[in-house]
Amino acid sequence: MRRARMGVTALLGAVAMFASMSLASAETTLKVVPQADLKNVDPVWTTAAITQNHGYLVYDMLFSMDSKLQPQPQMVDTWKTSDDGLTWSFTLRDGLLFHDGSPVETNDVIASIKRWSVKRADGQALMTRVKEIVAIDPKTFEIRLEKPFGPMISVLANAALPLPIMREEEAKTDPNTQVTTIIGSGPFMFDDKAWVPGDRVVYRKFKDYKPRSEPADGFAGGKVAKVDTVEWIYIPDTNTATQALIAGEVDAYEIPPLDLLPMLKADPNITVKVLDSLGKMGHIRPNHLYPPFNDVRARQALQLLVDQREFLAAQVGNPDFETVCYAVFMCNSALESEAYAEPWMKPNPEKAKELLKAAGYNFKDPIVVMLPTDQQIIYNNILVMVGKLKEIGVNVDAQAMDWSTLTSRRTKTDDPNANPKVGWHIFPTWWTGVPMSSPLTNAPLVSTGDPKTAWFGWPKDDEIERQRAAFMDAGTHGEQMKIVDALQKRFYEFIPYINTGQFVTPVAWRNTLKGVPNALLFVAWNIEKTE
Amino acid sequence: MIALIFKRLVATAFVMAFVAFFVFGLLHLAPGDPAAVIAGDIATKEDIDRIRAALGLDLPFHTQFLNWLGAIMQGNLGTSIFSGRPVSQLIMQRIEPTLALSTTTILLSVVVAIPLGIVAAWRAGSWIDRTMMGFAVLGFSVPVFVFAYLLIMVFAVQLKLVPVMGYVSPFKDLGGFLRAIALPTVALGVTYVALIARITRASMIEAINQDYIRTAHAKGLGIVPILFRHALRNASVPIVTTVGIGIALLIGGVVVTESVFAIPGLGRLTADAILRRDYPIVQGVILIFSAIYVLINLAIDIIYILVDPRIRY
Repeated sequence: MRRARMGVTALLGAVAMFASMSLASAETTLKVVPQADLKNVDPVWTTAAITQNHGYLVYDMLFSMDSKLQPQPQMVDTWKTSDDGLTWSFTLRDGLLFHDGSPVETNDVIASIKRWSVKRADGQALMTRVKEIVAIDPKTFEIRLEKPFGPMISVLANAALPLPIMREEEAKTDPNTQVTTIIGSGPFMFDDKAWVPGDRVVYRKFKDYKPRSEPADGFAGGKVAKVDTVEWIYIPDTNTATQALIAGEVDAYEIPPLDLLPMLKADPNITVKVLDSLGKMGHIRPNHLYPPFNDVRARQALQLLVDQREFLAAQVGNPDFETVCYAVFMCNSALESEAYAEPWMKPNPEKAKELLKAAGYNFKDPIVVMLPTDQQIIYNNILVMVGKLKEIGVNVDAQAMDWSTLTSRRTKTDDPNANPKVGWHIFPTWWTGVPMSSPLTNAPLVSTGDPKTAWFGWPKDDEIERQRAAFMDAGTHGEQMKIVDALQKRFYEFIPYINTGQFVTPVAWRNTLKGVPNALLFVAWNIEKTE
Repeated sequence: MIALIFKRLVATAFVMAFVAFFVFGLLHLAPGDPAAVIAGDIATKEDIDRIRAALGLDLPFHTQFLNWLGAIMQGNLGTSIFSGRPVSQLIMQRIEPTLALSTTTILLSVVVAIPLGIVAAWRAGSWIDRTMMGFAVLGFSVPVFVFAYLLIMVFAVQLKLVPVMGYVSPFKDLGGFLRAIALPTVALGVTYVALIARITRASMIEAINQDYIRTAHAKGLGIVPILFRHALRNASVPIVTTVGIGIALLIGGVVVTESVFAIPGLGRLTADAILRRDYPIVQGVILIFSAIYVLINLAIDIIYILVDPRIRY
């Protein structure tokens, strides 16, 4: 009997050991083809979108946007505002830890806010109102203001350029110097040794992460890491990446090329879905410093050359993913409005020609247009504009270059009429929807005219600046929409830039993945991988 | 021969110094600004200026060059502007896949192309010769990426015999390595098979028509010893040159294949660095490449002497 019992015990022990071995070997790895190669790892130092995605995995945020783009608490447990709106008090959740095991405390948070705010437009706006940020105790801090700041919580919940909470040690680094020690308090840890720039980034589940109790919703709610490892595998060739997803060598492809989508949609093992409902906006920027585009009539002429349907057809070429949109703060956003845009929706080349003449443009003078040949969407966008300009007799000096050259050249404030090899008149780009959907973060709308603060092209308009400043006082959605209305009106009077249409890019993943959060990005938490 | 090696190594130092200055100057003359790329789209001119200053990119050209040269003299290739990683570490991470792909490609090319070239020369003018040379022309004409996509479609997606992409170190999993490297090797090897086969054929035809080959025939030697022991050895100098140049070209020129098959090699590292103006990486890689080129040329010269004792330097 005793021997039999020992046998059963041994058998159970073996089963338990086998089970534990199976569990140990059942480590799950989520393999994702990211939208770009992760070139740098400090999400404050750069505004590159891929580094922000990396920041979402490694760092936690005070507040985050849910799937309806409403701010929700994340690291913050409770918060309150004084009656006069001048003191905001925040208390952190219990049990927050950095990846090195040290607790997250208010000194870390305050240093992080200060570093972040130097580099972000909405952070800078906030700091114009801040008197001081004070640690009350390791879990509670106060932001004390000179004047009330309406969008406080939405700014702290910035979804496009989020506020990552770093250890005080790293957060005290000069914002213009890259932090290379990546220790956050988010659901995944950055595996520095496994990082091969240009090829692979590896994140490990942070077992001591304490998620919120609410279900995951957008970037908000409980960020539960359900896979052990996340690998970003950068595959530069889009066809190879598509085939790798079909073959099951990777689990998800963040931005598959639109022309290969039919192949992915035809595969019953793959889900293709738009996560970012705001998407992106095509954009053409004139140089406001020099003739002819320092004259509003010349900029109006550019606007009258644009039929967004034509531009979208060239940029995207798939009506399922295109939206004709004349809202300054994006369509489908909380601040959507197309007021005052109607006169500009129908192109009128004849009127455009008259306006250019009235602006003093001599049709023999070259207009320097920068063409980034290595950026297909943007290149197609500007090619349409070049064609439109030529049709009305403009002498276009189309200068082909790569994107790196363009990003350098667009910083030049030289006169393109005197020095066409250095200065420029027009260049194209596109913007992601989230920063464009707020007067505080819509960078090309900044109209100070000052190269230090305004985005390239440097428009100057006091009314736009007045309304942007007023937005800081707007606490309710109704108050914000009044300002949006005024900005919409002024935008089409002044034309700081030309929108060429809104478009979305879907994400593709294998059906073995369950629970992909409906965030603007393909984030790795909450995702289960089944066989 | 020792004197030759010594002289070549001394010359290598001068070549590399020239290359260093040339590359540094060329990169800094090229348009584009890494600070603008780092800052991203939302940055202002002032943000970019601050980053440029923090990286030391606003210093005069000669100061930057001397700083870089000083570091090189101490064996420090610098730090990537973007990732903040030492360039030597990045190169070490990437050199294995490139060397592995180059080695398998050249091995495949030599093993396939030399017998093909010999047979084509032996049967010059026949249908065998015309068929082989037709394939050689095809190998030259079809771009590597087209051939690569076809191979992926057939062998990886349809037949599922090999993976679509990626690289596995042979030191970790030899079977996985062979599976992963098979398609890139074939895709890249086609051009080199064509090149080496044509050179072999041309050299062999010349050798086969020499008097000593007729003598060998008259002595009653079999065709295999005649072709491989007598003709091939005398035809080998141009073949060795082509193979050597092929190795040098492969190490620096596999960027398309590496991109298509997502192999993290030196070609992709260099191309990515050029696109974003990561100067220290480009400079470091080109220095290493130039050293490898010089050493390969030295190796070719030594092999010349070994295969043809008439050659003197």
